[in-house]
Amino acid sequence: MSRTLKELKPGDKAVVKSITGEGAVKRRLLDMGVTKGAEVFVRKVAPLGDPIEVNIRGYELTFRKSEAENIIIE
Amino acid sequence: MTYTFALVGNPNSGKTTMFNEITGSTQYVGNWPGVTVEKKEGKARKFKEDIEIVDLPGIYSLSPYTMEEIIARDYILDEKPDVVINIVDATNIERNLYLTTQLIELGIPVIVALNMMDVIKSREDRIDVEKLSAFLGVPVLEASASKGIGIQELVEKALEAAQSRASANSCERCKMLDDAIEQSLDKAEPFVALPARQKGYNSRWVALKLLEGDEKLQEKLKVPVTLMEDIKSFRKELEQKYDNDMETLIADNRYRFISDVVAKTVKKNNKGNILTLSDKIDKVVTNRILAIPIFLILMFAIFQVSFGALGSFTVDWLDSFINETVGGVIKAWLEAGGAAEWLRALIIDGILAGMGSMLVFVPQIMIVFFFLSLLEDSGYMARAAFIMDRILRKLGLSGKSFIPMLIGFGCSVPAVMAARTLENEKDRRLTIILTPFMSCGARLPVYALFAAAFFEQNQGVVIFSIYMLGIVIAVLSGILLKKFVLKGEVAPFVMELPPYRFPTIKGIYIHMLDRSKDFVKKAGTVIFAAAVVIWFLQSFSFSLQMVEDAGESILGFIGKAIVPAFAPLGLDDWRASVALLTGLVAKEVVVATLGILSGVGAAGEDSAELAAALQTYFTPLKAYAYMAFTLLYMPCIAAFGAIKREMNSWKWTFFTISYQTGTAWFVAFLIYQGGRLLGLE
Ligand SMILES: Nc1nc2c(ncn2[C@@H]2O[C@H](COP(=O)(O)OP(=O)(O)OP(=O)(O)O)[C@@H](O)[C@H]2O)c(=O)[nH]1
Repeated sequence: MSRTLKELKPGDKAVVKSITGEGAVKRRLLDMGVTKGAEVFVRKVAPLGDPIEVNIRGYELTFRKSEAENIIIE
Repeated sequence: MTYTFALVGNPNSGKTTMFNEITGSTQYVGNWPGVTVEKKEGKARKFKEDIEIVDLPGIYSLSPYTMEEIIARDYILDEKPDVVINIVDATNIERNLYLTTQLIELGIPVIVALNMMDVIKSREDRIDVEKLSAFLGVPVLEASASKGIGIQELVEKALEAAQSRASANSCERCKMLDDAIEQSLDKAEPFVALPARQKGYNSRWVALKLLEGDEKLQEKLKVPVTLMEDIKSFRKELEQKYDNDMETLIADNRYRFISDVVAKTVKKNNKGNILTLSDKIDKVVTNRILAIPIFLILMFAIFQVSFGALGSFTVDWLDSFINETVGGVIKAWLEAGGAAEWLRALIIDGILAGMGSMLVFVPQIMIVFFFLSLLEDSGYMARAAFIMDRILRKLGLSGKSFIPMLIGFGCSVPAVMAARTLENEKDRRLTIILTPFMSCGARLPVYALFAAAFFEQNQGVVIFSIYMLGIVIAVLSGILLKKFVLKGEVAPFVMELPPYRFPTIKGIYIHMLDRSKDFVKKAGTVIFAAAVVIWFLQSFSFSLQMVEDAGESILGFIGKAIVPAFAPLGLDDWRASVALLTGLVAKEVVVATLGILSGVGAAGEDSAELAAALQTYFTPLKAYAYMAFTLLYMPCIAAFGAIKREMNSWKWTFFTISYQTGTAWFVAFLIYQGGRLLGLE
């Protein structure tokens, strides 16, 4: 089983392997720099449990857990 | 010679600031055709040449998924500006250069403005600009828009590029894509050369986009199906070779190239992992426990200032200034000149009051937008969306909708305008439709009147229940409309959280002024026209005689004619329906009209006489249905004007007010008939 970014906890680090799914969500993630080899650092989870905030390519990005599920990590 | 330069860049890269610096006060704000995305144009100052600057929407990519991306791309491709000035946030260079790598392929000269260099310098980071320029194959200039540094040089350089007609960036050094992809492009390019040439597009770019499966471009170029088959086979080959889809491949390639370039040109002065000021603020503001209380306190404070003492003071003052001071002067002047009564009425009660009904909103709009730009420019708005997303997603909305909804409790006009902070068009439309269900301040006098007259023991509970009813209807409507009307793919919630920045006074000032001017110019005409029409209808009878009693006016006639439509709601008295019509001017007018029509004069909501009069033709159940109807039916004409402005479409505007009025009827119907079934009266 491949691991997805959704399984990470705040403070964890990982390297992006690929993105599953298609359409606007995938394209948007790619455009924002969530591509193969990018390092992600999970910074925090929103107070109500979703979405999450990560640091990637030197900036802060947020997406929902349902989107994090599409991000496969190494 | 006239030149056109387009400003392109990521959101938050400092594009607006740069635009303001270059154009000063010459700017003109409009809309892109057919959409509510703002279009800003202006002229470059301090140049003898005629230089037109067009500010394109902030975008992360040219992949045509969002409206902003499509607008920006179509503009560059079809309008062919002389130069594209690409604003790059140097503090976030990797992601910003992703757009750059796409811009340089379009075949239009690009100049990169490396913005926020002041921050880079203060951090003692280093960027080798010359090397960066060599890698990208385009000129790169340092700038700091908010400090006004490097602006002149930037425009000069762009002018140079435009005048020398520097051919498109021949970027041989920037080997961005894998050899295998390049080879496929070599093969595909001749196939698309003809359709590309017809439109004047760069054929290699067209080949790349079609290889990626860009349907928008395919449609636009009307690429023959047979030709697409060939392109598709090239794509299949590549996808099999890499075991990945083309979109991912190209994006991977671009970012790999960028990482490489950044590694060679940017030197970070990494003093260990110290927290930046932004991180520290964020630790508190989005803290698990503190985030929501902080958010609510902020919202409460904004609401209090906008609609509390300061807000209502400015509104009252302006109202009395227009109607009494200015009105008094004009009135005296007209009387001295012996003007006929109808002319006096037209000028004072029609035109002046019509202008007044629009202008009284301006101070409130300014206050609300003062706070909104503060939230937006400081970077807090994105956090608000982050914090509230979970709750509002259930309604099919995003976290940012919370703010317009909240402002709606004060006044629907600035609330509808505040929906502009939502990037996604569907979310914005839905927010505009739902916001007026939040009971605005002007509706309170109506509830107060009826609660006092019919629910003396439980006034507070009854009024509170009406407010709650609005929220519940908004929630249900959100779910319903999302399911049937504004359906479609859920907009991805993938959002940048920009670093906190200290907002500049200038930025906020420009923002406030822009919004107010925009309101007066765009919404103002609609509001003014509607106010004059309603005034006419309620002041004249069919024989064009001026009437004192609105019941005898044209509006009164219409009100009486529509009574049968209200009968199922229990509102079978014409006075009730006429008051709803005059309430379109402003909902509190319902009270005054009921007073006049009930024969007690223009009474206030606390008049015992009026309460007694109402008891003759309302029952508690009817009163409650009436309050619900007042809450939900189409908002006043000022809000109508704002809705028209923000929807930028008559179709959506009429859909909105029909939906609201339909909902009002249906809910009041349920209340009245349901109440009767339960034996209430
Ligand atoms: N330190 C610094 N801050 C800047 C500079 N340029 C802009 N800013 C700030 O960056 C923030 C964003 O600037 P804007 O001009 O609003 O950015 P934009 O790209 O138009 O952003 P959107 O309106 O969201 O598309 C503002 O708070 C500016 O004051 C700069 O050169 N240096």
